[in-house]
Amino acid sequence: MKSTLLNMVLSLGIITIVAAGLLSWTFTITEEPIAQAKAQKQQDAIGQVLPGIAFNNDPGAEAVRIAVGTDSLTVFPALQDGALAGLAVESHDYNGFSGLITVMYGFNAQGDITGYAVMQHAETPGLGSKMGEWFCGQGHSIIGLNPKTANLTVSKDGGDVDAITAATITSRAFLRALGLANQAFDQYNAQQ
Amino acid sequence: MNDKLRILFNGIIAENPTFVLMLGMCPTLGTTGSALNGMSMGLATMAVLICSNVVISLIKNFVPSKVRIPAYIVVIAAFVSMLQLVMEAYVPALYATLGIFIPLIVVNCIVLGRAESFASRHGVFDSCLDGIGIGLGFTMALTLLGAVRELLGTGKIFDLAIYPEQFGSLVFVLAPGAFIALGLLIALFTKLRKA
Repeated sequence: MKSTLLNMVLSLGIITIVAAGLLSWTFTITEEPIAQAKAQKQQDAIGQVLPGIAFNNDPGAEAVRIAVGTDSLTVFPALQDGALAGLAVESHDYNGFSGLITVMYGFNAQGDITGYAVMQHAETPGLGSKMGEWFCGQGHSIIGLNPKTANLTVSKDGGDVDAITAATITSRAFLRALGLANQAFDQYNAQQ
Repeated sequence: MNDKLRILFNGIIAENPTFVLMLGMCPTLGTTGSALNGMSMGLATMAVLICSNVVISLIKNFVPSKVRIPAYIVVIAAFVSMLQLVMEAYVPALYATLGIFIPLIVVNCIVLGRAESFASRHGVFDSCLDGIGIGLGFTMALTLLGAVRELLGTGKIFDLAIYPEQFGSLVFVLAPGAFIALGLLIALFTKLRKA
């Protein structure tokens, strides 16, 4: 088809308008499921990091931002009749092997680690991506440890935790995020 | 009927986008760390390819030739963004794994290449068949490459253990292994195709 200014402007204009219309239609339809999927993921993670802890509030609805140093974390308090039963802390570290990792950590009222769930990462598949299973696996589990009594750095740095084989950088980032979460736990208790 | 079948199978063997045309190497190397990821990426690309091929063959007579590339890109980008939203809504886990490679389907040269070299010259039905054929060829290639890398790297295929993980060679999960495995697969495919 021969190109003239008019038909070029018209055809591109119509195509972009139709495309924009279709996109906004898709956005309207998927907006709610996307929000639901995110909320569901958060709720699942909270349940996963606080196993066996009884609580009767909705931690997702009572989330608080806690300032830790120059950063701030979201904490989800699990309360049993108003008393703290456990705390889920969404923590992060920017220096994973491929940048940001986001992990939810669970603490019981005494500050012992009850569980964790990796929310977001871009670590190497087969190496750093193993952190989801590694730190609750036999021999190198952090579950049940208390950051106040255990030295939660990798053994290469003189700590008590075995790093993931061939993924020390990921392990360090994971444990830094854990340290940050523990600070948030203390801050939260200090504020109550 | 034979013509239609030839269009369909053309994309799978004679013009396989990965092994013969060697297009779209970036997502090919980037997403094939496991068979499942490779297959999902292939299917996502196939969905975009079929939709964009159909629409482009429908509008081909209304688009002036000087602006056809921007027009095709808008069509492709619209479908990719829709796919991205739908995936984020209904398969969030998969969306998280494939991450940046989903929006990058827009600039995948397979999609634009088929729009320019096939859909803009053929009817709707043929273009649809071409999209299915090329899409299947791409999916097959990515699944195969993903399976080989996953098997050699971690001893699993689709997360099913074949042999113990510690005997796996990690290099195949990492970037260099992608090049090695892809090179060998291309050689093998060429050999089989010539035979």
